[in-house]
Amino acid sequence: MTQDLYHRPDPGTHPANLSPEYKSTGGRAPRRPAIVLPQTLSEITGPLLDSEHVGDSENDLTKQRAGEPLGERIVVHGRVLDENGKAVPQAMVEIWQCNAAGRYHHPGDQHDAPLDPNFYGGGRVRADRDGCYQFITIKPGAYPWKNHHNAWRPAHIHFSLFGPAFATRLITQMYFPNDPLLAYDPIYNAVPAGARERLQAAFDMASTRPEWALAYRFDIVLRGRNATPVES
Amino acid sequence: MQLTPSQTIGPFYWGTIVKAYRADLAPPGVAGERLSLVLTLHDAEGAVVPDGLLEIWQANSHGRYKHPDDRRNLALDPAFDGFGRASTFTDGSSTFSTVKPGRVPWPAGGMQAPHINVGIFARGLLNRVATRLYFDGDPANAEDPVLKMIDPARRPTLLAKKDAGSTWRLPIHLGGPNETVFFDV
Repeated sequence: MTQDLYHRPDPGTHPANLSPEYKSTGGRAPRRPAIVLPQTLSEITGPLLDSEHVGDSENDLTKQRAGEPLGERIVVHGRVLDENGKAVPQAMVEIWQCNAAGRYHHPGDQHDAPLDPNFYGGGRVRADRDGCYQFITIKPGAYPWKNHHNAWRPAHIHFSLFGPAFATRLITQMYFPNDPLLAYDPIYNAVPAGARERLQAAFDMASTRPEWALAYRFDIVLRGRNATPVES
Repeated sequence: MQLTPSQTIGPFYWGTIVKAYRADLAPPGVAGERLSLVLTLHDAEGAVVPDGLLEIWQANSHGRYKHPDDRRNLALDPAFDGFGRASTFTDGSSTFSTVKPGRVPWPAGGMQAPHINVGIFARGLLNRVATRLYFDGDPANAEDPVLKMIDPARRPTLLAKKDAGSTWRLPIHLGGPNETVFFDV
């Protein structure tokens, strides 16, 4: 048996597929255990999206329409790292979120809250050589969903990352620190205690822009390589 | 450093990810056998999943991945990235135009049968779910080390079937009696 190139996640990191408090998992979560696949070229390679042209302003969600969106302008920034603390250079970081009123610019979102014609809610950026990324956006609102009686999603921003391999692909959600709704959210709480706290951004006073915007820091850690690389 | 946990893609990803939506992987000039892949996503009750996102990752027709960790001396197609991504439609399906991948090696020796790596995201999936698509009837399937790991009764869940012309179809069942074989990669 050859050694895996990428670490297998520790138990206690990711949510269980079947998390009954989050009702939609019931009909969709696979019930049979996934078969552990030795990592071959198929798993250790993956899309780098290097041919994808990312415009300079795609990381500013406040400048995608004619006017400025309503809401509290914020800076969201951080680093994309691997488990060894090594930067993931040039990582594609994609985000999407609802507007300040808690409504997505999406035909499926029928929440009784106003759409903002000046907010589309999607952005992306390529991290720099040190794995650093930054977005300008507005703070998303909380919104109700029908998971259970009086269910509200805490404010969150969806993040999508590829990393260097098919095995490192990750989609997650960033939350805001100390949001009282976190305690009631089945999606956040599906992540084991001790790991879910990593999904809360840190308020970052040092990066706030005086007279302009508050800042939050969200570092993202993807699977890292084992010390001894596999030779195939 | 501690790994960032996974969360669901949710139902409202449409706005952003579509910017990097790629259903046509093989523009003119890319070498290989052209085919159309129709993947249809079903839930445990068999109902179609109309709000999913499917991603595919594959080698080119020569069996080479466009990636620095594939250092073999095989031809790269400059216009072929090997990555596709598309939402499922109201009928649960995503369609990709691509070429049939070549074979890639197995770490312990020998070769794998042609296959396409598939990643599945949807509301209700807290983690990405990964599977593989193989081509039904390909003689290399008989010696594929991954297919050999699987209970023969479940192998057909990975085998796309060819219909008229060059269209290959694979239903993906997240649960139920025909649950697809999923992999921990």
